[in-house]
Amino acid sequence: MKNFGYSIIKQRTIDYDQFDGRLLNEVLEMEPSFKVCLSCGGCTATCSAGDLVSFNVRRMNLLLRRGETIELESEIQKCMLCGKCMLVCPRGINLRNVIMLIKKSIAKYKPINS
Amino acid sequence: MKAEGKIRVWQDYQKEIADDHYFYVRSCIRQNFFPGSEQTFLKILRTELGKDIYENPHHTTCSGIGYHSDVVPFDTIQTIVARQFALMTEAGYKNLAASCITSFGIYNEIIETWKEFPSELEKVRNFLKSATGREFEVPQNVAHASDIVYKFRDDIAARKKFSLINQHTGEPLKIVEHIGCHYSKMFPSKGVGGAEFPHVLVGMIESWGGEVIDYPERRHCCGFGFRQYLVMSNRGYSVSNSRKKFESMEPYIPDAILCNCPGCPMFLDRWQYVIEEMEGKTFGENGAGIPVLTYEEMAGLVLGYDPWDLGLQMHQTNVEPLLNKIGIQYNPELKYAGKDGKMIGKPMMVGCGW
Amino acid sequence: MKHIVIIGGGIAGIETACALTDAGHWVTVIEKDSQLGGKLNNWSYLFPDFTPTEKITVELQAKCRDKDFSILTSTEISTILRKDGKFNIETSSDQKLEADAVVVATGYELFDAHRKEEYGYKIYDHVITSADLEELLKPGGDLTVAAGKYPKRIAFVHCVGSRDEKSGNHYCSKVCCITGVKQAIELKMRLPDAEIFCFYMDLRMYGKHFEELYREAQEKYDIQFIRGRLSEASEKIDKSLLIKSEDTLSGRPLKMNVDLMVLLVGMEAGKGTANAAKACGIGCEESGFLKTTDTFLKSNFSEQEGIFLAGSCTAPMSVNDTILHARSAAMEVKHWLSKR
Repeated sequence: MKNFGYSIIKQRTIDYDQFDGRLLNEVLEMEPSFKVCLSCGGCTATCSAGDLVSFNVRRMNLLLRRGETIELESEIQKCMLCGKCMLVCPRGINLRNVIMLIKKSIAKYKPINS
Repeated sequence: MKAEGKIRVWQDYQKEIADDHYFYVRSCIRQNFFPGSEQTFLKILRTELGKDIYENPHHTTCSGIGYHSDVVPFDTIQTIVARQFALMTEAGYKNLAASCITSFGIYNEIIETWKEFPSELEKVRNFLKSATGREFEVPQNVAHASDIVYKFRDDIAARKKFSLINQHTGEPLKIVEHIGCHYSKMFPSKGVGGAEFPHVLVGMIESWGGEVIDYPERRHCCGFGFRQYLVMSNRGYSVSNSRKKFESMEPYIPDAILCNCPGCPMFLDRWQYVIEEMEGKTFGENGAGIPVLTYEEMAGLVLGYDPWDLGLQMHQTNVEPLLNKIGIQYNPELKYAGKDGKMIGKPMMVGCGW
Repeated sequence: MKHIVIIGGGIAGIETACALTDAGHWVTVIEKDSQLGGKLNNWSYLFPDFTPTEKITVELQAKCRDKDFSILTSTEISTILRKDGKFNIETSSDQKLEADAVVVATGYELFDAHRKEEYGYKIYDHVITSADLEELLKPGGDLTVAAGKYPKRIAFVHCVGSRDEKSGNHYCSKVCCITGVKQAIELKMRLPDAEIFCFYMDLRMYGKHFEELYREAQEKYDIQFIRGRLSEASEKIDKSLLIKSEDTLSGRPLKMNVDLMVLLVGMEAGKGTANAAKACGIGCEESGFLKTTDTFLKSNFSEQEGIFLAGSCTAPMSVNDTILHARSAAMEVKHWLSKR
């Protein structure tokens, strides 16, 4: 490839038409309580892992809903499954199960070129 | 802080604790960490309180650490727990008394699972029967050993030789209480006083003359957290969590920390030494560490047992400042003497800030 | 002359009573407290324009004096039996009343903040509810905290007991967002040196002038809004409070030391409404508030013919909405009676 000293820049817009909802749908089917997240951040505020490393349990929802599978895969490794988020959640979401479900299935849905 | 508000919360979380006839299950790790504690518990129950408490040599680990570290599957741990229940049933006991907080959590988690999913119970009955030929009953009462000491705290107070009072000032000793996460954070209703303001250790401290310190990070984990410690590269998280607690309790100048879990006193005790070595920082009075005790050790001191019989020489953070405040006489020469009088050896890494 | 018994002498009950008396009916209001006015008596100033509550209560009292209707205070209903198209009502003081129609206007109760154990209400010295603050905002109210000093930093916590599965309340209490904004401004006026933060999940400025007041809070009073739900609070050695939430917009956990924390407590249907529902044989929704037969056109109708509903016993409501709902209840009762 020829180098002209500049590059063609990739759009950073979320292209929702490219969204692959299979992982999300599988998780929601197995754990429907996850549908009702209202992104309040109570989970992240109390998270034992997020206090010391850049882990944000609230963002699991967003990453899953935007198809950010690669980031999601590395993020969920940081959860220690202590369950404090579930004590706080005002919507009663079984977050621990959500993370277990993602762990179980994410390999199936990773983009091939990753 | 308003006491009446806490009392109101405590009333919301009262649990039934059996009165007598306990089947005692020991912890895997406490006998190494704090070797005098379980023996002291049995001694208090049998000789001071005249209770019937039985333990069976065939009892094994509940495999809770393996379970929480993802190496023991749920079916396996359920079957192991069923086997402990079978030993209890065979010995004619109905009240389980667990020494370990994680085991206590495991027993509750599994019994609750069986209530929610009776098919799991049937499955486990079959597993145990086909593997060992044993059958079992689910315990009528599951108590943590600290629940039992809590229940009889006033009987212990009635026999006390020492109070948790600073002999030099006449003031109550200021004590931090720390419950293990698996005591009531999984099932607040299974712990005396619930999870936010647990009463189990508070009750003992107050009954024996001390004053409880309620500091901002009282809810926070001690730092053990299994995965945080078991993998060496993760231990920074363990010590950082402990440090967060020490920093938060430091302004209150606590005289001691009281725990009811196997892991918590271990980490709160040992990490103080590590932090001193790493940062030169100590958190107790006059540059010393803050002594960390199990509730059995604390009960033993109150009852006038010899500190070295209680195993207090096995602590990393020296307990002598606390013994001096309570006014307990001890022979420093005998600190590292074994039961037979021979020296057991002095540790290479000595004390914390003292 | 038709007789209508109204259960509850708060603003909904009084407003319905006045309208029905105007329509030429004989009305009896049964109130469990020793005075009329209900929860409004505990409030000092009303959103969104800081109207002193007294102005409303004085007007309502004047109305009550002008209109000729009976009032039974310190009285509750024991039983209601339907017989030959009439309601036979017995009260706690053994009075027997016969009515042609009944209006339930039993209102709400404030969420008991001690149920959110992690916020330490009635345990930590300087955690108060919006209702407690309202009392302190009255002239002469003492706003000092530890060591007699005025708070330098204050946090308002939204959605306490509302939108919260752990409290058993899924619904939004509607009025707390704007109450928080109102009270934050009032505190800032009293304590100009204080920094004030509102911790919210969503800000629901649904009413007339609500959004404008929110803007004013930012623009004129420097009230700061942090989008995150509080996970816990603890008391420090100096009696200040350490609070934790996520700053969801920056995506990081946040902790903050404050001198005073105000819990914006939500509304619950309460015992009075539950008792009335039982006595009248009418249904409650999952939220505990009373069921109306239709959301749009029959919001004053209960499941039982002849028993009507007015005000916040049907859903959380502002003072304004309660008065309107009460007036519509009166119209429905009048219309229903005219057809009999």
